[in-house]
Amino acid sequence: MPSSSSLARHPGLDEWLSIGADGRILLRTGKVDIGQRVSTALAMIAAEELDVDPERIEVSRTRTGIDPNEGVTASSLSMEDSGNAARAAAATARRHMIARAASELGVDIDSLEVDDGTVGSRATNRSVTYWDIQGGRPFDIPVDTEAPAKPPRDHRIVGTAATPRAMAEIVTGRYEFLHDMARPGMLHARVVRPPHYGARLEALDEALNQRLAERGISVVRDGSFVAVAGADEYGTARAAEQIYDAARWNIGTGIPPQDIYERLTANERESLPVIEGTPVEEPVPPLGRPPRGAATMLEARYEKPYLMHGSIGPSAALAHWQNGRLRIWSHTQGVYLLRDAIAEALGMDPQDIEVAHAPGPGCYGHNGADDAAFDAALVARALPGTPILLKWSREQEHAWEPYGSCMAMMLRASLSEEGEVLEWSHESYSDTFNMRPRAGPEKAGAARLLASRYRADPPPRFVPVPALVRHMGIHRNLDPLYDFPNRRLVKNLVRGLPLRTSALRTLGAYGNIFAIECFLDELAAAAGIDPVAFRLAHLKDVRARETLEAASHRMNAWPAVEGRGRGLGFARYKNLQAYAAVGVELEVTDAADLRLHRMVVAADAGEIVDRAGLVAQMEGGVLQAASWTLYEEVTFDRDGVTSRDWDGYPVLRFDNVPEVETVLMERPGEAFLGAGEAAAGPTAAAIGNAVHDATGLRLRRLPFTPEAVRRAAMAD
Amino acid sequence: MERLTLGVNGEAREVTCDPAVPLIYVLRNELGLKGAKLGCALEQCGACTVLVDGESVQSCVRAASEFVDSEIVTVEALERDRVGAAVQRAFVAEGAAQCGYCTTGMVVAATALLKKTPAPARNALAEALHGHLCRCGSQARVLAAVDRACREIRDAV
Repeated sequence: MPSSSSLARHPGLDEWLSIGADGRILLRTGKVDIGQRVSTALAMIAAEELDVDPERIEVSRTRTGIDPNEGVTASSLSMEDSGNAARAAAATARRHMIARAASELGVDIDSLEVDDGTVGSRATNRSVTYWDIQGGRPFDIPVDTEAPAKPPRDHRIVGTAATPRAMAEIVTGRYEFLHDMARPGMLHARVVRPPHYGARLEALDEALNQRLAERGISVVRDGSFVAVAGADEYGTARAAEQIYDAARWNIGTGIPPQDIYERLTANERESLPVIEGTPVEEPVPPLGRPPRGAATMLEARYEKPYLMHGSIGPSAALAHWQNGRLRIWSHTQGVYLLRDAIAEALGMDPQDIEVAHAPGPGCYGHNGADDAAFDAALVARALPGTPILLKWSREQEHAWEPYGSCMAMMLRASLSEEGEVLEWSHESYSDTFNMRPRAGPEKAGAARLLASRYRADPPPRFVPVPALVRHMGIHRNLDPLYDFPNRRLVKNLVRGLPLRTSALRTLGAYGNIFAIECFLDELAAAAGIDPVAFRLAHLKDVRARETLEAASHRMNAWPAVEGRGRGLGFARYKNLQAYAAVGVELEVTDAADLRLHRMVVAADAGEIVDRAGLVAQMEGGVLQAASWTLYEEVTFDRDGVTSRDWDGYPVLRFDNVPEVETVLMERPGEAFLGAGEAAAGPTAAAIGNAVHDATGLRLRRLPFTPEAVRRAAMAD
Repeated sequence: MERLTLGVNGEAREVTCDPAVPLIYVLRNELGLKGAKLGCALEQCGACTVLVDGESVQSCVRAASEFVDSEIVTVEALERDRVGAAVQRAFVAEGAAQCGYCTTGMVVAATALLKKTPAPARNALAEALHGHLCRCGSQARVLAAVDRACREIRDAV
C-alpha cells in the first residue's frame, strides 16, 4: 500500500479511527471538505475496508489538538495523504477486530464474514459486532501500512457513484455554513479596511464612535486595523460603512499605474534553472543558437492576468476569547497552520488556541479565510467572553484577497525537418504563490495575515524566496511531460509587482500548461502535423497517451458543425498526479464573443473511489477554468483594485455553459492520483487552440474577451 | 424600529426591525431561515434568492418593509411543495452542488421557473438562472438536475 506522510506524523490507529459502542464509526482526517467531497470519498474507503455501510461512518471536521495534522488541504493531495491513511487505518482495524472475533467465536479467521460490521462464521450460528468487540475502547495499536487491503475485484463501495454527504441538507437550506452559526450572546462583526493597500488611518470620528457605543456597537482599533461589533448584523454592517466614510485616511500615493506584462519581464527578479521539475541554485544557462539539424525555430510569449478566488460567500470566522484561551471556527484549508500563525501574531502558546474547521463557500486555494479568522481573533480578544461572528463584505472579498499572480511565459522550440522537437526552452515570470501564513522566523506566519500589516506594531514584512520544491509555485508544470531533449526551463520570481498574491488553484500550472499546450499546436502547425499526432509522437507515457486519445476520440465522434472550431489540451498535474485531457468545440461570433458548445474531459486519477465526486471535480475544474480563460482579470488603478464586485469582475454564467462529458480511465488497484486541479491548464489551452481552429487567430494573452479577439484580428 | 408582519412560508410572522433592513437579514437573523445566503448584498450573485408571490427575487437589497403585502417562500418550505421537492430531489440525484453556498438560490429559481414553465427550453433555463453565479463549476450538473426535475414532474402527472 502506498505510504502516507500523514501516517508518519500520526502513526496510532486511535488517531484515525474509533468505533462507538452505538455502532457509529468516527474517521478522523486532517483534510477539510471544501466542496470537493473528500469526506464522501474517505468514508467510502474506510467503509470498504471495514465492510460497513458508509452511513455508519462519520468523517470528522478537522479541529486542532484532536484531529490529525495533515498540513493544508491543497495541492490535490487529499486522496494521496488522507485517502491512503484512511485505507491503512481501516484495514488495520478490520484485521484487529476480525482476530478478536475469531477468538471470541472460537472459529478460524478464514471462516469469518463481515456484513455491515457484524462478524459471523459459516462454522457457527453466533455472530459478534465490531461495536461488541471494540465499542468505546481504544485500539492502542499503530496503523500498519502493510495490513492487507481488499483486492479491487472485491470492491463493492469504492468505484461506485455516491450521493455526496450533506447534499440533502444543502438543497433544503439546512446545511449549516460557518456564516450561519449562532452562539448565545454572539455579536456580528465587520472590518473597516483602508481605501487601498497603502492607505493608513489617521483618525476615526470619535463622535460617531460615541453614538455607535450608545447603540451597543463597539469599535475595535489597532493602528489602521478597525472593526465593529454589534448584536444586529445589518446595523453593524452599516456602522462599518459610516466609520469608513467618517474616518480620515492618509491615502499616500496609491498603486503606481503600470503595465503588469511589461513589469513581469523588466522588474528585478530571482531566476533559477529547473531540472526534472525542481529548481536548482545554479546560474541560468543562456538561450543558445538552435541546435544542428533545426529546420524551424518558433518563439512565443504567453500571458495571464491576476485572477481571484472569488468565493461566492465572503470570508468569515467565528472567534471566542475566554480566560486567555481562543477558539476559532474558520473555513481555512489549514487549521494547524492558521492556529500557529495566530499564536505567533498574538504572542500566545498554540496550545491556548483551538481552530476548528467549519464549512464555507468553495475557496479554490488560499483566499481570505485565514485573514478573516485573524480579524475575528483581534475583535474577540478586544471583547473577551463574547462570541464574534465576523464577515467580510463582497467588496472586501474582491479587493483584499490574495490573488493568483499574473504571469508571462516565454517559449522557444526548434523542430527537425521531420517535425521532431530538438530543443525546448520555457521561462516563466511571476510573483509568488506561496503566501499562506506559515509560522517561521521573524513572525513569518503573522506577517502573512492581512491585518498584521495594518496593526500599530506590525511584524517585519515577509519577503518570499523562490520555492525549491518539485513542481511548486511558479514552476508547477513548467517541465513538460513530453520527451523533449535539450530542455532549458527557468523560473523567475519577479519583485515589485503591485498586488497581493498567494495560492490559487493550480498555482503556476494553469499559466504554464496554457502556454505549453498552445505552443505545441503552433509547432504542430509549423510542422504540418495533426496536433494530437504531434503530441503522441513526443509522448511515451502510456497512461498519458491513453488519456489524450480518449478525449480526442470522443471529440472526433462529435458531428461537425459549420463555423465552429475545436481544440485540445493535455497535462499530467505536476507530472505526478492525475492526467487530464480536455477537448472543446466553440464558436467565435460576429461580436467576437466565444460561445462554448461542447467540452470533454478525460481523466486518469488512478483508482476511482467516488465516481460521482470525481466527475464533479473534473467538470467543476473545466468550468472554473473556462471562466478564468474567457472572462477573468483583476484590474487596478492608482486608487486600488477596481475589480470590486461581480460587475467589475465578470465570471461564467449559465448562458455560456457547454455540454460537458467526462471520460474516466479505469485504473483499479492503481494509486490514487489527486485530480482537483488537473483540468484547469488543459482547459485554457483547449480553448485557445479551438479559437485558432475557428478563426486562425492565436490568442496568447488571457482572458479571451471580445476585445482580445478583436485586438488579435487587427494585428493579424 | 418598526413592527412588520411578513407572510413567510405560509405563516404570518411578526418582526421588529429597522424598516430599511434588507429582507435577507430578517429572514436569517429574526426568523432563523438561513437557507438564503448572503453573497454580495448587491443583487449580483443570486445566493439570497427567495420566492415572492411566486417570482424568484433576490432578498439582499430591498427592504423587508417592501414585502409586507407579499407571500414569501424560502428554500426551507420547498420540501412541502410538489415542484420544489422534485427540484431538490433532482439536485441530490445529479449531485448538482459542490460547496453548496450558491445552491439554495438556484433551487428556488429553478422552482419558480418550473412552476410557470413545466418544460423550459435550454435558453429559457439559462435565462432564469442568469443571475446565479457558481464558482465551483456546478452549472452543468444544475442544468442536468433541472432537466431531471422536469421529467419527474411530467411523469408524475
